[in-house]
Amino acid sequence: MPTESDATQEARRYLEVCNACRYCEGYCAVFPAMTLRREFSTGDMQHLANLCHGCKGCYHSCQYAPPHAFGINLPSSFATIRNESYEQYAWPPALGNVFKRNGTVVSLVAALGIALALILTAVIQDPGVLYGAHAGPGAFYQVIPWWLMVVLAGGSLGFSVLALTVGAVRYWRGTGSKPGPVIAPAADATVDILTLRNLGGGGHGCNDTDEGFATHRRWSHQALMYGFLLCFASTSVATVYDHWLALEAPYAFLSLPVQLGTWGGALMLLGVIGLTWVKIVTDPVPVAKHLAGGEFALLALLFLVAATGLLLLGIRHTGAMGVLLAIHLGLVLSLFVTLPYSKMVHGLYRGLALYRSAQEKRTMKASSSD
Amino acid sequence: MLGAGGLIGADRAQGGMTMPDLGQVFDVLVVGGGNAALCAAISARKLGASVVVAEHAPKSLRGGNSRHTRNLRALHPGPTDVLTESYLEEEYWDDLLRVTKGKTDEHLARTCIRASQHAPGFLRECGVVFQPSLSGTLSLSRTNAFFLGGGKALVNALYRTAERLGVLILYDTEVQHLDVEDGFFKEAIVSYRGFPNRIRAKSVVASAGGFQANRQWMREYWGAAADNFQIRGTPYAQGTVLKDMLSGGVQQVGDPTQFHAVCNDARSPMEDGGLAMRLDCTPFSIVVNKNVERFYDEGEDTWPKRYAIWGRLIAQQPDQRAFAITDSKAVMNYLPSVFPPMRANSIRELAGMFELDADKLEKVVADYNAAVQPGSFNGQELDGCRTEGLTPPKSNWARKIDTPPFIGHPMMPGITFTFLGVKVNDKARVMMADGKPAANIFASGEIMAGNILGQGYLAGFGMTIGTVFGRLAGEEAARNVRN
Repeated sequence: MPTESDATQEARRYLEVCNACRYCEGYCAVFPAMTLRREFSTGDMQHLANLCHGCKGCYHSCQYAPPHAFGINLPSSFATIRNESYEQYAWPPALGNVFKRNGTVVSLVAALGIALALILTAVIQDPGVLYGAHAGPGAFYQVIPWWLMVVLAGGSLGFSVLALTVGAVRYWRGTGSKPGPVIAPAADATVDILTLRNLGGGGHGCNDTDEGFATHRRWSHQALMYGFLLCFASTSVATVYDHWLALEAPYAFLSLPVQLGTWGGALMLLGVIGLTWVKIVTDPVPVAKHLAGGEFALLALLFLVAATGLLLLGIRHTGAMGVLLAIHLGLVLSLFVTLPYSKMVHGLYRGLALYRSAQEKRTMKASSSD
Repeated sequence: MLGAGGLIGADRAQGGMTMPDLGQVFDVLVVGGGNAALCAAISARKLGASVVVAEHAPKSLRGGNSRHTRNLRALHPGPTDVLTESYLEEEYWDDLLRVTKGKTDEHLARTCIRASQHAPGFLRECGVVFQPSLSGTLSLSRTNAFFLGGGKALVNALYRTAERLGVLILYDTEVQHLDVEDGFFKEAIVSYRGFPNRIRAKSVVASAGGFQANRQWMREYWGAAADNFQIRGTPYAQGTVLKDMLSGGVQQVGDPTQFHAVCNDARSPMEDGGLAMRLDCTPFSIVVNKNVERFYDEGEDTWPKRYAIWGRLIAQQPDQRAFAITDSKAVMNYLPSVFPPMRANSIRELAGMFELDADKLEKVVADYNAAVQPGSFNGQELDGCRTEGLTPPKSNWARKIDTPPFIGHPMMPGITFTFLGVKVNDKARVMMADGKPAANIFASGEIMAGNILGQGYLAGFGMTIGTVFGRLAGEEAARNVRN
């Protein structure tokens, strides 16, 4: 067991006050989970930190928030602990270090992704092909060969899925989570994720920017998440079209892949803009400012992926298509590569934390009704 | 985006880039910045008055004792979304009569009780969100409406509403003197962000709380013991306005020597520790003073009913100190304490940790254990598990203290509020010592709660008085200006 971080020790001290106060019980899943415990292991702290959605409700309503001597600021400490857990459970373990300077790493990977795609295309293809206008089925593959797309995309995504899976197992064991009922808690957690219930504050919203309630963050996050999922669906449908239906890209504007991708891309842009705005104007105290670099870098990457995708749709019949396609695919590649090594990984651990919380709640209910 | 613009505007005003015009004559000056003050300010503003609020605390510590509250007690004829069953006037009145032992003004009390039915609705209109009662407070789910996030969330909502309506809020503004002549308020002498200033207004609402945080004043009645009283709430409850009004010819209510106190952890901050510092281990422990003597029946009644007497009991012990002694069996019977209890493998070792006479503590525990009668323990209700032949007895939840680790909690009194106040009538208008109502002076909140609560306390009733009389005071002050 590694020695405990300052943030973990600090947050434990906070929770000892919280557990005797309990005014925040109505806010989110963290506080009911807290009341089930009297003592908090390192793993418990990581579980609670990943359960926290950073809504800041508990900070703005806290009678012990700074400048009170207790100085309680759970959202900030939890954000730091979350990042430390990403680092600790990353696989391969050596790559956990990327969370120390995540903004730099994600930006560099994005730049390298673009450069790699452009260089490879330039090396493989004749300049005339790269800058020429292409139309009709297979136009994209004339610029970047199909095999290259599959090797790069498939390879990077496959590795990321493996890394995420190992990370999930390491997190589950490392936080001391126990086996239990599967189906019902998984359903609870899925509903929590699909509705982002914990950012609802019970209907009125959460403290996006100050002590007033709003739902900007919740809507923006869901726009980004559903947009991302639509884009993923677009790619999946396109793969089916390509391999099983022998329909080669580019597809018509009203075709299913293009519609999914267009709406998905637009939603992603909206989501990124909303989240970025909230991040800029929010009260700087209940957040972990040292992590903003990685968060902004990921938002920028997602923005660029969506924006270049949409732009590609607009100019795919012109001579600019070749270069833009290379840039877009370079960015997608970077996103795939950084899935386990950027803020994107929060989805995995948050999901597991929601699942464990639902498990504990159901076990608790079952034992109290016995 | 509009919200952000508004926020920047407000921050500028705070930063002093745009100075508020204190040269003008306001319709209503509200002194104080807690629930009662804000309810008054909002109510006056809703009737069209120009309103200024003078809050002594900085913005981050605004809200007086309301910041530490969590519910209010509301009459309701039937179930609501957050209150169960019904709670009617007679039962409410009986509850009040029981805790005050008759030290109340029936007319004012019933006025307050009746109006309490509309208090949650008013607060909800001001953006306050309610929730079902919290764990460990199930005994209050029928009578008390809980604020989601507690009192600070309520305070935040009230300030936002007041600002939106155009109330001018001055933080770091201590009202030092109200210039009153023959029951007529003229102006307030203030310290505005450290500089002397004055605020002129056609009427004034005093909602500046009690004087419990003023140790010098407390020492007048309690001597050196006052230095060992922890102040649970805001350190800004200095009683400056209260003292000024009483010496300026306003009629007094309440016993100046009396206060509400609970049993706090002795290691709590001396001020502003709030509710989380209270200990509720008493029914599951034996409690000794510094001379290692038990002094009261720890198991007399359920904790919610005995919660408030233990502060006073401990305040009367030498050095205002007490020690709850129990064992590992009891730990899950009460809420966790913020500061971890002392744990020891023997009573002797525990005595050493508290610097108590070890022989004596071993004897007290042994005598107690010998007196414990067999019974079936039930932490949730009066279980009749008692001692026999012990003085004072322990009437319920008496179990032998015999299972290490032994647990000890050090205790001190935590003062919630003082009972001294200014006399008001049923329109929240302040009464002068000569029996005449003041021309343009009103009061709400703790500064006048002693009219209704002469002694004792009912959970959530302070916020009820604050909301009901805050609204009354604000409306009457606004109407007063018009006439």
